Amino acid sequence: MAVCIAVIAKENYPLYIRSSPTENELKFHYMVHTSLDVVDEKISAMGKALVDQRELYLGLLYPTEDYKVYGYVTNSKVKFVMVVDSSNTALRDNEIRSMFRKLHNSYTDVMCNPFYNPGDRIQSSRAFDNMVTSMMIQVC
Amino acid sequence: MEAAAAAAAAAAAAGGGCGSGQPPLLLSEGEQQCYSELFARCAGAAGGGPGSGPPEAARVAPGTATAAAGPVADLFRASQLPSETLHQITELCGAKRVGYFGATQFYIALKLIAAAQSGLPVRIESIKCELPLPRFMMSKNDGEIRFGNPAELHGTKVQIPYLTTEKNSFKRMDDEDKQQETQSPTMSPLASPPSSPPHYQRVPLSHGYSKLRSSAEQMHPAPYEARQPLVQPEGSSSGGPGTKPLRHQASLIRSFSVERELQDNSSYPDEPWRITEEQREYYVNQFRSLQPDPSSFISGSVAKNFFTKSKLSIPELSYIWELSDADCDGALTLPEFCAAFHLIVARKNGYPLPEGLPPTLQPEYLQAAFPKPKWDCQLFDSYSESLPANQQPRDLNRMEKTSVKDMADLPVLTQDVTSDDKQALKSTINEALSKDVSEDPATSKDSNSLKARPRSRSYSSTSIEEAMKRGEDPPTPPPRPQKTHSRASSLDLNKVFQPSVPATKSGLLPPPPALPPRPCPSQSEQVSEAELLPQLSRAPSQAAESSPAKKDVPYSQPPSKPIRRKFRPENQATENQEPSTAASGPASAATMKPHPTVQKQSSKQKKAIQTAIRKNKEANAVLARLNSELQQQLKEVHQERIALENQLEQLRPVTVL
Repeated sequence: MAVCIAVIAKENYPLYIRSSPTENELKFHYMVHTSLDVVDEKISAMGKALVDQRELYLGLLYPTEDYKVYGYVTNSKVKFVMVVDSSNTALRDNEIRSMFRKLHNSYTDVMCNPFYNPGDRIQSSRAFDNMVTSMMIQVC
Repeated sequence: MEAAAAAAAAAAAAGGGCGSGQPPLLLSEGEQQCYSELFARCAGAAGGGPGSGPPEAARVAPGTATAAAGPVADLFRASQLPSETLHQITELCGAKRVGYFGATQFYIALKLIAAAQSGLPVRIESIKCELPLPRFMMSKNDGEIRFGNPAELHGTKVQIPYLTTEKNSFKRMDDEDKQQETQSPTMSPLASPPSSPPHYQRVPLSHGYSKLRSSAEQMHPAPYEARQPLVQPEGSSSGGPGTKPLRHQASLIRSFSVERELQDNSSYPDEPWRITEEQREYYVNQFRSLQPDPSSFISGSVAKNFFTKSKLSIPELSYIWELSDADCDGALTLPEFCAAFHLIVARKNGYPLPEGLPPTLQPEYLQAAFPKPKWDCQLFDSYSESLPANQQPRDLNRMEKTSVKDMADLPVLTQDVTSDDKQALKSTINEALSKDVSEDPATSKDSNSLKARPRSRSYSSTSIEEAMKRGEDPPTPPPRPQKTHSRASSLDLNKVFQPSVPATKSGLLPPPPALPPRPCPSQSEQVSEAELLPQLSRAPSQAAESSPAKKDVPYSQPPSKPIRRKFRPENQATENQEPSTAASGPASAATMKPHPTVQKQSSKQKKAIQTAIRKNKEANAVLARLNSELQQQLKEVHQERIALENQLEQLRPVTVL
């Protein structure tokens, strides 16, 4: 169960960001922003030759005291960033992967909607919202 | 009964005026009924509550009941007015002053709510005028209890305003009997005399409110006064398709309004998400206007352009798309398109969008409930091509018959709708059934075959393009043109093969002399053709060596083969220009007769290829001309450059110093 989920566009601006309301959202926004550097580093480390073979799931980007941040990049350089509570040790890597896969599928469904212009914020898709809500920690 | 007592009390209280200085409250019949029901509910609920009712009743003057604050607050909140407005209302109606919701206060409050919902300011004066009934969004149970309608509620929020507005419109008609008929509101107004439609039009004109828009949707929208006479219960089916081709020309907005009319005629009053026959036909026609093949789909961008014409907001359209594109592939199949269209129509008529796709709009349901879209569309073809009025109701009846059958199977509408009109519709359908059944398979097969035949014909092509393609498709030219053609023109064949015999016999010599007499408008053409023809002459000569009739060319490139074939008529043309070969023409005609049908088959192809070659040559000529012009320009530019360089050199020794 994630604490914060963000979808970042290729140009590194957020398309969708949702945090669990308990905490100060600004903190999560900042964490996601700093994680973008790590994402870029991981992408570039692969090199151009390996672009096709590059795996979409980036894994743990960096851990902080309270949280862990995971990353995922699509082939169109859209990044998904997920912040998870560190105390939630039951979360395994596979689960994170499956969450990212679900995110990716929902994202492609949003893309398929002709009324969605790529590069817009993802505001109108209820299916996407529902999916993200299901992944977030159920608070209040 | 409590309700009657409350009503009486209300009337008395209203007539006498409450002691708080409020004006006498005039309630119409409909309002009285509605309010008394609501009051009874609230009071009843209060009575059921922990003793809040009776003690209050005891406190108040005997004979009046009070509604407890709880249910009343819920009711007011359900009216969806902002809380400040509700506070104002409670203050105004006097409940705050007296501390409870007596009948008077309650009725005044309800009237104020109605006023507020109509957009009027919350004042005592506003309740003096006639107002529509207040609208409340309630849960399903409340709705059922309130209106006593065992209707199946698909979108319950949708349901209540529908019925409320029905009541409203009935009130407008001053037809008190209609209040009882909550079951078939759409049928009865239509059955009423034609004076009623103009009656209804006053409603949307006087209140420009969305709620009333939805009532107007069931009645006829103002712009379509002309269509009013058309839209009668029985006449609708025949009038509808007749006006359909006209509608196709109309803008989409008009079409949406028309949809409302169609929806009225045969839609069940409690099924806003069910697609009726006319709607279905209309949607399918629109689909076919976008995409001729009804079994394939509309791409996302095409659909987007189409739906944006509906002038709904983009988020709403996006949501509708999300609902209707079940497989999320960015394209709409026919059932998905119908669902989307229906949702748009519903939204335009004021219905809020559902949270999820209603079952009646699911693609599987839509495909199952209605005949195959291909069949449908072929039928539509048959009547769009020939619009005889007699055919249309017949076809429509057929459709209605099938849909009614399907709907009878579905467990959905068990209730109610015991409207007489519906019975009548069924009976007419059943009558038509017997005669239509026999025609059904016949016409469908006919239309099927009709559709199939032209398609098959097109595949056995006699068109030039097809022949061209066949001739040029194989990268290495086949030795013999083994294609079958339906047409054969031996004359052409003769013309084609005439010169081949003498040309091949004479070998290399004749072709070069054939060049000059060729009429060339420009030198470049001559040049290009001169280049072409010597090549070609070599080719046919070699071919002639191998086999006169066959086209074996060891080294020839693919384009040269058709060109080669073209060459013969070219050759023949050039030779015809020469008086020498003119005589040989008819002479060699006789020699051509023994040639078998193989040449007949190739002649058609040759003709096609000849024209293609002609075109190519023209293009070549044009390009060559262009080339020469550009080269001239290049020369000029070169000269300029040289001149500039000279100048530069002249200037340089000066600057070096």
